[in-house]
Amino acid sequence: MSQDWQFVALFLILSPIFPAAPVILNHLLGPKKPNPIKQQTYECGIETVGSSWVQFKVQYYVYALVFVIFDVEAVFLFPIAAAYGQLTLFGVFAAALFIFLLADGLAYAWGRGALEWI
Amino acid sequence: MVEQIVFLIISAFTLTMAVIVVTKRNLFHAALALMASFLGVAGLYVTLDAGFLAAAQLLVYIGAISILVIFAIMMTRRLMQTSEPAFNTQAGFALLTAVIGFGVVFWVFYVFRNIWPLVPDTAVPLASKPVVPQEVLQNSVALMGRAFVNPAGYVLPFEIASVLLLAALVGAIIVAWPKAEDKA
Amino acid sequence: MSFNLNEFLKSLVSLTVSDYLRQLWGDQLWVGLVLDILGVVIISTFCLLIVIFLIWLERKVIARIQQRIGPNRVGGRYGLLQTVADVIKLLIKEDITPMGADRVAYWLAPFLIVMAALIVWAIMPFAPGVIGVDLNIGVFFFLAISSVSVVSLLLAGWGSNNKYALLGAFRSVAQLVSYEVPMILALLVPILLARSMSTVSIVAAQTVPFLLVVPLAALIFFISSLAETGRTPFDLLEAESEIVAGFHVEYGGMKFGMFFLAEFVNTLFMSGFFATVFLGGYRFFGLENLVIGDGWAVGNLIGLVVFFVKMFAVYFVYIWIRGTLPRVRVDQILNYNWKFLVPVSLVLVMVTAVLDKFIPESFSAYARAGAHLTANVLIALVTIEILRAYARRQRRLTGGDSGLAVTAAEDHAHQETAVHHEPAAAH
Repeated sequence: MSQDWQFVALFLILSPIFPAAPVILNHLLGPKKPNPIKQQTYECGIETVGSSWVQFKVQYYVYALVFVIFDVEAVFLFPIAAAYGQLTLFGVFAAALFIFLLADGLAYAWGRGALEWI
Repeated sequence: MVEQIVFLIISAFTLTMAVIVVTKRNLFHAALALMASFLGVAGLYVTLDAGFLAAAQLLVYIGAISILVIFAIMMTRRLMQTSEPAFNTQAGFALLTAVIGFGVVFWVFYVFRNIWPLVPDTAVPLASKPVVPQEVLQNSVALMGRAFVNPAGYVLPFEIASVLLLAALVGAIIVAWPKAEDKA
Repeated sequence: MSFNLNEFLKSLVSLTVSDYLRQLWGDQLWVGLVLDILGVVIISTFCLLIVIFLIWLERKVIARIQQRIGPNRVGGRYGLLQTVADVIKLLIKEDITPMGADRVAYWLAPFLIVMAALIVWAIMPFAPGVIGVDLNIGVFFFLAISSVSVVSLLLAGWGSNNKYALLGAFRSVAQLVSYEVPMILALLVPILLARSMSTVSIVAAQTVPFLLVVPLAALIFFISSLAETGRTPFDLLEAESEIVAGFHVEYGGMKFGMFFLAEFVNTLFMSGFFATVFLGGYRFFGLENLVIGDGWAVGNLIGLVVFFVKMFAVYFVYIWIRGTLPRVRVDQILNYNWKFLVPVSLVLVMVTAVLDKFIPESFSAYARAGAHLTANVLIALVTIEILRAYARRQRRLTGGDSGLAVTAAEDHAHQETAVHHEPAAAH
C-alpha cells in the first residue's frame, strides 16, 4: 500500500468523528420527551394514509440504467484522457469511436422515448 | 507486516458483509451490506496498489450498481416490506453454481500463471504479491489508457466493450420500458 | 537534525511545516501517521467551521439581492453571530426518531453524507505543496467519493418512513445521477489538456486558465455542479412547496444540521474545484513562486490567498444564481440534462480530443488556447442555431407566438405534438 492512500484511509477512519460529535452533543443536550403523536411521520396535516413505501414508476429506473452505462464508459475514458500526451492519432480516433458508439445508445434511448418524463 | 494485517482486516470485513447479504431477510439491509462489501473490495484494490481500480469500484459499484439494485427493490412492490425467506428451493443449485464458478476462476489463474504471468518474464507463485517497478506503479493509469487504444494492445477488446455497453443499454431499455401500446 | 527557529519560521511562512517536521523527526512510520492525522483534523475542522461563515454570507448576500437587510440582530450590526445562535438552537433540539423508521438507514444517512463531503477535500490543492494528498487519480477520486453521497440520500429517504421523503429521495437520485454524466464528460476535457488526473498537475498545466481555453467545458461543469449540490435552479431536492423539504423532512436537530452542513461543504468544494480546474487554482502570474531573501517562500502564502479569492468568487456566483433564478420542473431538469448537456458534452469531448492531436507540438500555449477557444465558440454557435431551429419548428407546430411564457399545459401539448409528428417525419 502506497503512502498516498494512507492519508485517504486515515481520513476514512477519522471522518465519522466529525459528524458524530455534534449529533452526540445534540443527543445529550436535547430534551427527551417522546410521545406517540410527536413521533408520527409528517403528511401535510392529516394522519398518514397507507404504507410509506409506495411503488415508484419505471422512469427512475431507466435514468439509473442509462447512468450506469455512462459511468462504466467514464471508467474507460479517464485513463485514456490521462494518457493523452502519449497517444497516436489512431488512438484518439479509437477513443472517439468509443464515445460515438455510446452516443448511439443515447440516441436510441432518446428516439425510443425512454428519456421522456411521463 | 502492516500490509498483511490491513489485508486481513479488510478481507474479514468484506466476507462478513457478504455473509450478511445472503442471510439478511430484509432486502434493503441486504443491499446496504452489499455496498459495504463492495467498499471492502475497493480497500483490497488499494492494498494491491490499484488506486484507480478502487476508485472505479466506488464509482461504478457503489455509486451506480447499488443504486440500481435499491431502485429495483423499491420498484418491486411485493418485496418491499415483507421479509423474504433467506433460503429458497434453489439453494442447493446456487451452491453448486458458486462452487463451479470459483473452480473455474481458480483453474484459470492456476493453470495459466505460467502462460500469462502477472509480471512479464516471471512466473510468480499464486500466494505472493508480485513486485512491480515503482515507475510502472506511478504511471499505471496512463499505461492502461495507452494500452486501451494501442493497436498492439487492447484496442479491439476496447471497442467490443463499447459495443457491449451499447447492447446492454438497448437491451435494458427494451426490457424495462413499457411498449407504446401499453402506455396508451 | 536539531530544531532551528529560523528554519521553522521559514517553513511556517511557506506552509511546509509538515515537510520540516518530517525532516526533524526522521522518516518513521509514526511521524507520517501523526502528521496525516493532523492534516485530516485541520482540513475537516476548517470545513466544519467555515460553514458557519458561509451560511451567514449566503443569507446576507441573498438579502441584499432581494433588497432586504438580512440577519442584523445577533452579534452586532451585521448579525455575525446569527449562525452561531442557530447552531446552538439545533444542538438543544430534541432528538426524534420517527415511528416505523428503518433505524439503520435513518442514522447512517447523515453520517455518510458528511463523510463523503469531507473526504473529497483530500485532493484540493490550497497552495503550492499544501494539499492533503496529491493522488495521481485526483479528479477521478473526487467523482468516486461524490457518487457515494447519492447513496446517503436514498438511505435518508427510505429510512424516514415517509412518502415525501422517499419521493424526494427518488427525485434527488434521478437528478444527481443524471447530472453526474455531463460532469464526468466535462471534466475529461481539462484532464485531456493537462494530460493528467492529478489536481496539482492540472493547476500546473494552466499557463492559460482552462476557463479561457475551453469555456464550454467550464460552463457544463458549472451547470452540472449546481445540480449536483442541489442548488437553485435545480433545488428540487428540497422543494418546500411540493415535497416539504424532500428526503430530510423527518430529520430534526443536529441530524438535520448534518444534511445542511454537507450541502454547504459540498458547494464550497465545488467552488474550490472549479477554481482549481478552470481558473488556475493558486496560480497568479507566477506570484505563487515568489521567494524573498534567503528562502522565505512567501509565494505559497500568496497562493493560498489567491486560491481563496478565486474560490469565494465562484461561491459568490452560486449565491447570485440562487438569488436570481426560479426553480424548474423535474421533467425540465431531466430533459435539459439528457437532451442538451449530455449530447453537447459528448461532442465537446470528441472535438477537443481530435483537435488537440492536430495542433502541432511547436505551438505555444497561447496559440493552442486560441485554437481550442475557436472550436468551443463554433460548437456553441452551432448548438444555439440548432436550438433556435428547434424552437422555430415547435412554434410552427403549435401556432404559438413567442414561446417565452409557455404554461405547463401548453408545454405538455408541445410534447404531444412532437411525439405525433416525429414518426411521420422519419418515414
